[in-house]
Amino acid sequence: MSSAAQLEKKPVKRQKLKKRRTFSRTDRLTLGVFIGIPTFLHVALVWFPAMATIYLSFTYWTGIHIGDIQWAGFANYENIFFNTPIFWDALRVNVVWLVWFGVIATPLGILLAYQIDREIRGHKFYQSAYYLPVVLSLAVIGVIWNFLLRPDGLVNGLLGLEISEAVSFFGDDRYNIWVILTMASWRHIGYIMLLYLAGLKAVDATLREAASIDGATEWQTFKKVVFPAMKPVNIIVIVITIIESLRAFDLIYIIYGSSGGLPILGVLVFQNIAGEGASMKGAAYAVILFLLSIVPIVSYLRQQFKEDVS
Amino acid sequence: MSVTENRVDKKAAEKATQAEQKLKRSRGAQAVKDRIISIFIGFFALAWLFPIIWTFYSSLRPYKEIRAGGVLSFPKELNFNNYIEAISRMELPTYFFNTALITLPAVFLILLLGSLMAFVVTRYSFKANVALLLLFTAGNLLPPQLVFIPVFKMYLALGDLVGDRRFLYDSPFGVILIHVAFQMGFATFVLSSYMKTIPKEISESALVDGASVFTHFFRVMLPLLRPPLASLGVLMTTWIYNDFFWALVLMSTDSKRPITSALGRLTGEFVTDYNLLAAGAMIAALPTLIVFFVLRKQFISGLTLGSTKG
Repeated sequence: MSSAAQLEKKPVKRQKLKKRRTFSRTDRLTLGVFIGIPTFLHVALVWFPAMATIYLSFTYWTGIHIGDIQWAGFANYENIFFNTPIFWDALRVNVVWLVWFGVIATPLGILLAYQIDREIRGHKFYQSAYYLPVVLSLAVIGVIWNFLLRPDGLVNGLLGLEISEAVSFFGDDRYNIWVILTMASWRHIGYIMLLYLAGLKAVDATLREAASIDGATEWQTFKKVVFPAMKPVNIIVIVITIIESLRAFDLIYIIYGSSGGLPILGVLVFQNIAGEGASMKGAAYAVILFLLSIVPIVSYLRQQFKEDVS
Repeated sequence: MSVTENRVDKKAAEKATQAEQKLKRSRGAQAVKDRIISIFIGFFALAWLFPIIWTFYSSLRPYKEIRAGGVLSFPKELNFNNYIEAISRMELPTYFFNTALITLPAVFLILLLGSLMAFVVTRYSFKANVALLLLFTAGNLLPPQLVFIPVFKMYLALGDLVGDRRFLYDSPFGVILIHVAFQMGFATFVLSSYMKTIPKEISESALVDGASVFTHFFRVMLPLLRPPLASLGVLMTTWIYNDFFWALVLMSTDSKRPITSALGRLTGEFVTDYNLLAAGAMIAALPTLIVFFVLRKQFISGLTLGSTKG
């Protein structure tokens, strides 16, 4: 009996497999086009240039004829590490940025998400308020904050300072990085809040109820129950925090242009590409930026492809 | 038996009331705490909105009033004159047109190519499936600075090849291509995780019916992808609309630039009439504000689709 059943099953299975494997010529062509075009575009405009930049960072090149490229070894990197103090300044700014985001902005976003998710009074309005800056362009954000901080802006007005004695929030080294970080956080906090809120919606509500019945305080519930359950989102949020801190470019560029009133890696890459001639220092800066972002990129991929690979 | 049952019932009831009282007490304390938290978050929410409200308020006042009486002076005039002037003097319609010329085709291509790619990768089994998906997702995370120099050179070289230097460089076409190449990675990733939730049987029955790959995609899968495509479409439109970097580095003619990049230049040019600039910024923010007010559901789900699976 059982063997008969097996016999019956087998041909069906085989047929199914066969059907999947044989494609008509048009089908094969369609499939080729379907993955061919996107893959070609992506490789040609993302991966190939990325590899080329890595190669170029080890060369001297005026950027005109390909034949002029000369091997430079680590010269560009040596130049950056030992003869370019501004690199260390920029790196310091990026690190401060990262620490600020990691210690203040991201936790605030998480805290907000947690409270809003508990549907405290007015939570809908609060969510909208914090989410608004997320849709705005950084160019617009630059104009908006300039309004508050320019010499004849609101803050100086409130401080009662005339234009001649006004605090230059963007020019003064004592203030500029903190002002910029506040502006960046204005958007980042809302972004993290949205990501975390979506994650919290997926956490089983009964878990929290059980914790509160057991007499756990709000903080305990968050620390012991909610936070661990949010591991996937936590990883994404950490990765986004790091990548955003490294990529920071737009805001600085909007405020200072390419002159760079506040040095930061993303802008250094740009300056050196736009200005400097023969050395490929710009490429080397880009590679340094890339190397710094490898860890977050890999952890993001590992998180997202856990099931696929195993 | 009934006696013991009764006793158990009584005990249980006593326990329940005790627990209830405890819960009530802690809930009362929690309610007070919640109110404090709510007020606190509400205060910050207002602070969050303030920069935008202030910019809007300022855009309604003529700059000369601020010149004369300072930022805190009581408004004598409140009207939309700055807006009318901004539209004509800043050539905003031209910049809006430039933005549309880049954003609309780019978003269309990202969605089309991303869904083709995701379709093949999730519905047909090739050995390279996971590798391809990894390639696309990782590519999306690379810092744009890493690919910029070679892309710039390739655009110029290709331009020389076809006999028109501005074929890709300084042309909307080139900006569209780089956006497509980058963001396709994100779209592919998001759409493929969505497609994995669509039952395989739907595809199988299509194949049994003898549908070609082409029909399978356009007639069977594409209609099912409407929700994630809508979310991604809104998110991508916002991102590309807000993009600053690519239009800045790949375009040299200002009158071809999209509105957000142009805003940077306008900031310098209209530094003498900042309230006019505020009006310009508010107009530039208008499309994103529509996203904020009308398409928020799509935007948020697009944003979180990529970070939290399912």
